[in-house]
Amino acid sequence: MSDRRSSDLRTLLLLEWRRERRVPQVLPTMLLFSIGAFVLFRFGLQDGRVEGPLAAGVLLVTTLLAALLGIGRLWAAEEEEGGLDAFRLTPASPTALVLAKALALWTFLLALHVVAVPAFLFLLAPHVDVAALPRLAAVLVLTDLGIAVVGTLVGAVAAVARSRELLVPLMAVPLLIPAVAIASEALAPLLERDAGSIEPRWWLVLALYDAVFVAVAWAVSDGIVED
Amino acid sequence: MSVPPTDAGAVRAPGASRGADPGPDPAVALDGLVRRRGERLVLRDVTLDVAAGTTLALLGPNGAGKSTLLRVLAGLLRPSRGGCRVLGHELPRDRRALGGRVAYLAHEPMLYRDLTVRQNLEHRARLLRVAPARVEALLEATGLERRAGFPVQALSRGLTQRAAAAATMLADPDLLLLDEPLANLDPTATARLRDLLAPTSPTAADPTRARTRIVAGHDPDAALAEADLVLGLRDGRVALLAPPSAITDVEIGELYR
Repeated sequence: MSDRRSSDLRTLLLLEWRRERRVPQVLPTMLLFSIGAFVLFRFGLQDGRVEGPLAAGVLLVTTLLAALLGIGRLWAAEEEEGGLDAFRLTPASPTALVLAKALALWTFLLALHVVAVPAFLFLLAPHVDVAALPRLAAVLVLTDLGIAVVGTLVGAVAAVARSRELLVPLMAVPLLIPAVAIASEALAPLLERDAGSIEPRWWLVLALYDAVFVAVAWAVSDGIVED
Repeated sequence: MSVPPTDAGAVRAPGASRGADPGPDPAVALDGLVRRRGERLVLRDVTLDVAAGTTLALLGPNGAGKSTLLRVLAGLLRPSRGGCRVLGHELPRDRRALGGRVAYLAHEPMLYRDLTVRQNLEHRARLLRVAPARVEALLEATGLERRAGFPVQALSRGLTQRAAAAATMLADPDLLLLDEPLANLDPTATARLRDLLAPTSPTAADPTRARTRIVAGHDPDAALAEADLVLGLRDGRVALLAPPSAITDVEIGELYR
């Protein structure tokens, strides 16, 4: 990546963080939703406990739905406040803008998990072995990357549409089903009472999913921002 | 010379009152420009050359296509048909090559509402590769030093317009596209912005260089007073194209009829 593009990327990423710090929107929304969902599961399930594949499903589907809320807001200011037009009048790289949005969403999802995963473990899966937590975190880091990149692309496409709120889930969910399914397979053994190990192939498939969508984002970023 | 509307709406500008022939590479060259929005033709076969250093006033009733023309020239909208050459670059193909040489002051301020004025300007300056000192100079020129720490959403429309003007001038552009730049301003702010957005500006890197300006508005008297050339649009067609001295009140009246 050229120096200019790196500099643009840094500038644009700082903008995303600064805006979220000044007027928190994405993180609190995702966080409240996630905690709320875990509390609902806690009282909705018969014994208030989940393990194995069910636990993985609850954690990942909640993450996916929370991410949809963040994706919906990711490009909103660019369209509603003219940020995208202002950006197009600069020599900055469209790839830097798309990557900055994806990195910002990735960091928001990671920050979400810093709070939401302990809440999940406390409310729904207190049996999970502490030794499994680093592997659980690693799977979530990879899953969040995939969600962030796909979400950024979908958010950009939906941003110019009138029915953005409808389009984001309609486009994002089908694209994210593979990521959730792969991550669920990877996480399920870690969330059993006697934590097992992750089959190596799930790491590989999850990394491949991320790599494909990072490449797609890189390839189409010019077209997304220009048109 | 005024040009009556034609079916084609196509006229070639005779050059600015400074006697400038548009030359081999005018600042703006449009050739049969058409822009559609759905089935509707918003710009119809607009042909025009604007010499470098010229101020072109863009007049016409609401919906005539003024803002659309400015957005096409800024590279924010693609022409549906026809040629559009700006500062020697073919649009939309070479839009990125224009860098910060074209600036557009739109109806909407194009500023992040929850960031302060200074944060907005600093962010834009970094993307435009402009030195931070330029931000301070423009805050002073627009009289916004004391309000630089205010979020944009806390400013009145007039102050927001000043902040938007400061952002527009950051890169000291060669071509200024101004859409009602003095709307919502009090007399003091009007005077400040008129100086800032003038063809030559003391805040410019080269204060003697005249930049090209295309100024859309609804005040014919102001347009005739400051322009070298007047372009009147009606229903997306060129209805009037002449130096101010050749335009009569009747023609202005016809334009807004």
